[in-house]
Amino acid sequence: MTLSTTTKRILAVITFGVLGLIYLPLLVVVANSVNPSQSMTWPPRGVTFEWWERAAQSAGAREALVTSLQVAAIATGIALVLGTLLAIALQRYSFFGKHSVNLLVILPIALPGVVTGIALNNGFRGILGIDLSLWTIVIAHATFCIVTVFNNVQARLRRMGTSLEDASADLGAGVFTTFRLITLPQLRSALLAGGMLAFALSFDEIIVTTFTAGGGANTLPIWILNNMFRPNQAPVVNVVAVVLILFSIVPVWLAQRLSADVEPAR
Amino acid sequence: MTHATIPTPGPTPGPASGTSTTSTGTSQPAIRLRGLVKHFGDVAAVDGVDLDIADGEFFSMLGPSGSGKTTVLRLIAGFETATAGTVELGGTDVTRSAPFERDVHTVFQDYALFPHMSVLDNVAYGLRVRGLGKKERRERAQHALDTVQLGHLGARRPTQLSGGQRQRVALARAIVLEPRVLLLDEPLGALDLKLREQMQVELKQLQRSLGITFVFVTHDQEEALTLSDRIAVFDAGRIQQLGSPREIYENPTSAYVAGFVGTTNLFDSATSARLLGVSAEHAVRPERLRLSAASDTRAPTEGEIRLGAVVTETIYLGAGNRVHLRTDDGIELVALEQSTGSLDSAEHRGDHVTVRFARADVVALT
Repeated sequence: MTLSTTTKRILAVITFGVLGLIYLPLLVVVANSVNPSQSMTWPPRGVTFEWWERAAQSAGAREALVTSLQVAAIATGIALVLGTLLAIALQRYSFFGKHSVNLLVILPIALPGVVTGIALNNGFRGILGIDLSLWTIVIAHATFCIVTVFNNVQARLRRMGTSLEDASADLGAGVFTTFRLITLPQLRSALLAGGMLAFALSFDEIIVTTFTAGGGANTLPIWILNNMFRPNQAPVVNVVAVVLILFSIVPVWLAQRLSADVEPAR
Repeated sequence: MTHATIPTPGPTPGPASGTSTTSTGTSQPAIRLRGLVKHFGDVAAVDGVDLDIADGEFFSMLGPSGSGKTTVLRLIAGFETATAGTVELGGTDVTRSAPFERDVHTVFQDYALFPHMSVLDNVAYGLRVRGLGKKERRERAQHALDTVQLGHLGARRPTQLSGGQRQRVALARAIVLEPRVLLLDEPLGALDLKLREQMQVELKQLQRSLGITFVFVTHDQEEALTLSDRIAVFDAGRIQQLGSPREIYENPTSAYVAGFVGTTNLFDSATSARLLGVSAEHAVRPERLRLSAASDTRAPTEGEIRLGAVVTETIYLGAGNRVHLRTDDGIELVALEQSTGSLDSAEHRGDHVTVRFARADVVALT
């Protein structure tokens, strides 16, 4: 389909308008993190790293960063193991209730975070009687992190087909040997992609986290929310936001490249 | 004008090949299938197959796609579980065994080489999972690669090989384990014609030198005729006919087999009654028909059938011509005539000719 020059121009304007609307505010945040003015007057009159130093010295921000990294890493680890096992079960075997399980696994990513958050909060404190801690955040995050791993692995398994696994069994390899020597190497880039997306999702999650964080375990997004409206903390919040952007964008960018660059399974 | 018939293509029967001669002394068949049935949902892909395949036999399963031949192969390999019936390998019932518990190996249609391993590691894979030491498995894999003339490509990745080379790697990967039975699922389907013909010869030689049983699935009737000791012709999940290539070609027992293996002239019951005085389906191969000029009015010799016909189409085949005819009483026939090198001998559209064939060459179908 060939478009007329006018159409192309109009589409280009719309595209740049939308992209600008999304990314210009982000750039403003980045610029403000080095803006010498505490009240963020625009345009910035110079460049300073004072706020970066203050952020680095802020115990609250540092602790929140460590908590976020811990939560994201553990939740991603859980998601990698459970998501892969689920994908193999649903893609390679048939059993009673298979389609319901499939739906139940994917649902957490579609459910409003506020619902998941309240439900888990009630579950943890009311029903199980456990105190909220870093581990309750981890479990809450794992519920939706599993989905990204599961989707990536399931798509790869579907594309792979069963013939490599059949060939392995035919040559005498048992189920676990086949998984270790054939299936897992084929899944490697899918696991990396799914894992990085899971990490990014967990790292900037806020809604579910507010309902499941406790015992002084604050993640970076929660720290930002708490400090955003304190005038003397505002510049530091900008710095933390930039850190958050970097930790979220880099994995997603890598994950996208990994999904695209993988050579065909056969 | 003289017309020689084109010699029967393909089936030169092996030296008294078949079921017993190559047996290694065991009375057990290599493979025994009894009442084998496989349903996929409501569809019966395999619908009652009984079959004995002898030790050392080159056995082909021939049929169109969807005829059940590949499913039978996958049931023997263990990738599918039988709905009913039994699979025995060398006298042992393996109907419920997993693929890795069966002493058969498969060459897959798409080769199924492991893309993340080198060619040598692919071939050594079966030895590796059996716990052989690195040195020994590398030596044996190298030897198997030499057997298929790829000894120099062990370090490559499968993606760096051509289709024909991948096919040989798949073969080497299976034969390195010295199986008693090798299953081949349309292994030559993806190769071009020249390469396919070359691989046919190599497969046959390999099977002879290894002395193991080959079960070969194909939809190519010529390939089956060329390679096999025996052929099972499949249709709708059942074996329609079982026999040597010569038996299948010369004495098809049904219109289906006669039509699927080679081209044929089919006479329905009414036509047979008129021509032969027997009211049952009959068939005669195109190369059994002789053509002569319409002016040839000699009386038919003993057991000869003569029909006046007009040529409706002549197709040049290189080594000969395929001549389509309509007899004076409206029967459509195809004749094959060998090229004599002289242009005059070819019939032309609209020519009136006499078609002659021996009563003995007409096969009754059941």
